[in-house]
Amino acid sequence: MNFTDFLKDNIVRLDGGMGTLLQAQGLVPGEHPERWNLTHPEIIQAIHRDYFDAGSHVVCTNTFGANCLKFPEAELEAIISAAVDNAKAARDAAGGDQMKYIALDIGPTGKLLKPLGDLDFEDAVEVFAKTVRIGTACGVDLILIETMNDSYETKAALLAAKENSSLPVLVSNAYGEDGKLMTGASPAALAAMLEGMGADAIGANCSLGPNQLRGVMEELLECASVPVILKPNAGLPKVVNGETVYNVGADAFAAEVAALMKTGVRVVGGCCGTTPEYIRALTDKTRDFTPPPLTEKSRTVVSSYTHAVEFGASPILIGERINPTGKKRFKQALLEKDMDYILAEGVKQEEAGVHILDVNVGLPEIDETEMLKSAVRELQAVTALPLQIDTADPRAMEIALRRYNGKAMINSVNGKRERMDAIFPLLKKYGGVAVALTLDENGIPDTAEGRVAIAEKILSVAAEYGIGKKDIIFDTLAMTVSADNRAALATLEALRRIRHEQGCHTSLGVSNVSFGLPGRDAVNSTFFAMALSKGLSAAIMNPYSADMMKTYYAYRALAGLDENCADYIARADSFTAAPAPVSTTAAVSGTAKNLSDLQQAIAKGFKDKAAEITKSYLESMMPLDIVNGEIIPALNAVGEGFEKKTVYLPQLLMSAEAAKSAFEVIKAHMAGSGQNDRRGTIVIATVHGDIHDIGKNIVKLLLENYGFDVIDLGKDVPPEAVVEAVVENHAPLAGLSALMTTTVPAMEETIRLLRKRASWCKIIVGGAVLTKDYADRIGADKYARDAMEAVRYAEEIIG
Amino acid sequence: MIIYTKMYGAPPINRKEILRYAGCAEADEATASLMEDCLCEAADALVYKVCYRELSVSIKGEMCDFGTFSFSSGNLAGNLAGCPRVILFAATVGVGIDRLIHKYSRIAPSRALMMQAIGAERIEALCDVFCSDMEKEMGASLRPRFSPGYGDLPLSVQKDIITLLDTPKRIGLSLNDSLLMSPTKSVTAFAGITNTTE
Repeated sequence: MNFTDFLKDNIVRLDGGMGTLLQAQGLVPGEHPERWNLTHPEIIQAIHRDYFDAGSHVVCTNTFGANCLKFPEAELEAIISAAVDNAKAARDAAGGDQMKYIALDIGPTGKLLKPLGDLDFEDAVEVFAKTVRIGTACGVDLILIETMNDSYETKAALLAAKENSSLPVLVSNAYGEDGKLMTGASPAALAAMLEGMGADAIGANCSLGPNQLRGVMEELLECASVPVILKPNAGLPKVVNGETVYNVGADAFAAEVAALMKTGVRVVGGCCGTTPEYIRALTDKTRDFTPPPLTEKSRTVVSSYTHAVEFGASPILIGERINPTGKKRFKQALLEKDMDYILAEGVKQEEAGVHILDVNVGLPEIDETEMLKSAVRELQAVTALPLQIDTADPRAMEIALRRYNGKAMINSVNGKRERMDAIFPLLKKYGGVAVALTLDENGIPDTAEGRVAIAEKILSVAAEYGIGKKDIIFDTLAMTVSADNRAALATLEALRRIRHEQGCHTSLGVSNVSFGLPGRDAVNSTFFAMALSKGLSAAIMNPYSADMMKTYYAYRALAGLDENCADYIARADSFTAAPAPVSTTAAVSGTAKNLSDLQQAIAKGFKDKAAEITKSYLESMMPLDIVNGEIIPALNAVGEGFEKKTVYLPQLLMSAEAAKSAFEVIKAHMAGSGQNDRRGTIVIATVHGDIHDIGKNIVKLLLENYGFDVIDLGKDVPPEAVVEAVVENHAPLAGLSALMTTTVPAMEETIRLLRKRASWCKIIVGGAVLTKDYADRIGADKYARDAMEAVRYAEEIIG
Repeated sequence: MIIYTKMYGAPPINRKEILRYAGCAEADEATASLMEDCLCEAADALVYKVCYRELSVSIKGEMCDFGTFSFSSGNLAGNLAGCPRVILFAATVGVGIDRLIHKYSRIAPSRALMMQAIGAERIEALCDVFCSDMEKEMGASLRPRFSPGYGDLPLSVQKDIITLLDTPKRIGLSLNDSLLMSPTKSVTAFAGITNTTE
């Protein structure tokens, strides 16, 4: 019987610890245990055999750290091949009449993925892929990915397994005492992502003893439709008389694991501190257990790298603001590759209370695939909300889904066969929940019946791809009511039938309904309320609309979804109250008296107020007069205070941010007018190998405030990339930052290359380890002690 | 030889130290409220984890020999002189604070600066708490902690430390190709064990 069939109807016993047993046999700290497959095969075989004899169905190869980051490729092949041979030899020699399988064991790389660390996602996939290809060729029965403490690395490993092998894959994560992974993911979030990608079983191992993992097991059992794995430690280690012992003995361990098996756990084994004795006790205790039946949970869930969002009784808000349609300022940001603007839009919507962010960055003038890829990556570095990937281009969709850390929403599929054939394979491979529009080759049916019929067609095609209705959310298409006064009713009736007769979840892009009407918010929010009462599960909407948010919170209170109306009450003030009064203490003491309102707001660092005042100034003043007569003098006053040490860095930054929000208002006002008052282009970067970029970001903010176009290449930037950007823009000035002594050579190399290929460009450097002497020695034109000095130099060079 | 892992609650906060890290000699009202606001937001993102083991060391001239690995560092040799045993530890306040620093460096650099300062203060506070905790537990004194990058102790020693303490698995601490630690608010250090109070 192959392992997939065995897993369906049986309790599966894995093996126990390996590391502790090898240490007892003389493995020294710092030595790679994987090498023992070659140097001590008899010891490895004996341990595997002891586990089979103790009743294990599955023995894991001694390949936890066998990857190409730790071993050269030829040695890696030899190690994995010997490891599989050792397990096979043990299986041949073992007694016991249970089924016996061999799992290729895969542990973490030991490196953290970007953006938190420096290992690229695709590089991680390739590292795991090499191990999978070698192991699969050696003839294992299944793959066990284990002890993963980061969801992104877990995804890389599972993707590598799926792309390079057709074997069943078990995935087990290492949860901390807080019930989450080191990088923050909850069990529900992992269940969503891993099941979506087709893991055959999911669970937890290592870190803790069985009882401490009870909470994690409960959450996984509630979410997962696949078998749940438990492979805990023998409790916690302590030293008794110079020897390491774990505080849960074999019998207690077996009893604790058995108790969790009664709640539904089906795949069990041990991790650190467990021995064949533990597995024998577990076998004896659970020999007669029959597995509880697997139940399909039918939950509609998306996830981020921290949490899951489930579509259910309480409506889900999907923020629509990351989308250029009808937004001049957003289009300009896309054309200028102004990622900060897009990120700020994401964070603002999160603060406004949405649960998911729609991401649409398509414009005919730009490379949508590249932009979508970086928008998804960068958004996931600043917000923990799940994303809804919104693109018509299946290639862009695939690249975004592949890189996405979690289970994404897919916007969208529809009843056209061509679209379904393009999108459903992606959903099947990467996981996801698709928004399905009820339209097809013949357009949008006028009637509810027509739309329901398309929904049925979509469900049957999805089923051909092995996709269940839990991963499809129907959008019955809000049409413009000013063009057809029955339009909203057809949408709502289709929605009601799909929700209540088909049992599928629903979503609407609410704002379409009011197109062409005055006072759109009132129409939108009333339509939203009507749709909610028909069973709307989610809305793609504008969270800055007070009317929409009022409707949402009021609906939840009225529908019994808001206990004691607590959320409504907490929000009620913001529906009516005037803006909070601002404190009047000045950051620039003594100078505040003679300043205008806007200058005071900037001096004090009040972002919102600065924006508000700028808006009112624009009614009577020219944009450039505001910049030159108001903002720049205010910034200068603060900058001079900083140079005189009466203003400190945090205050300087708060003022700079307030100035930026004033500029933002002016920019939005001028968007599309083609006016450009910028002073010149400056390329800045934190050098290769260095990941510290706060100083560089401060310099960027101030340079932008002073009217320079800044091309920010980010951190850890290779010398060639700096040179390319300087050449492409013929930039007169480049700024380089380095914080560590170890990365100053990379700075020197970048300067050398710039001198060779962009001799016109002046180079300014800064960062914690640099001094003027040092800067001179590596050939920079200027060392700037702080951000203001960088601004002064830029003014000197560019004017 | 066993690697121990410890988790702590939040150590007492030294606000003056945070301001110093933020480049601020004195805080006006706006800076103080920025700091309090950031402390509030950071609180949920911080964890306080340490893993450590006890090692014996023999010092010959500048050579520090820890049995399974050895290297030459006159400064560390001086620091550990007269200590036959040392605590080797790795401490981190986790990836959450890095996420906040990264997030705000893109949308509000003043908050990024403050988060950075908070992270720097928190990791030092954690090391202080851990060392005094160990002194109590062992009934001995510890020499001032000494980290790779101090004096002539090369950063390359980080590789050995990370392997010896199994830090990726124990506390989620890994090294990048430039020998920088992720999470960034982390410390590895040697602390000599001595029985005399100095």
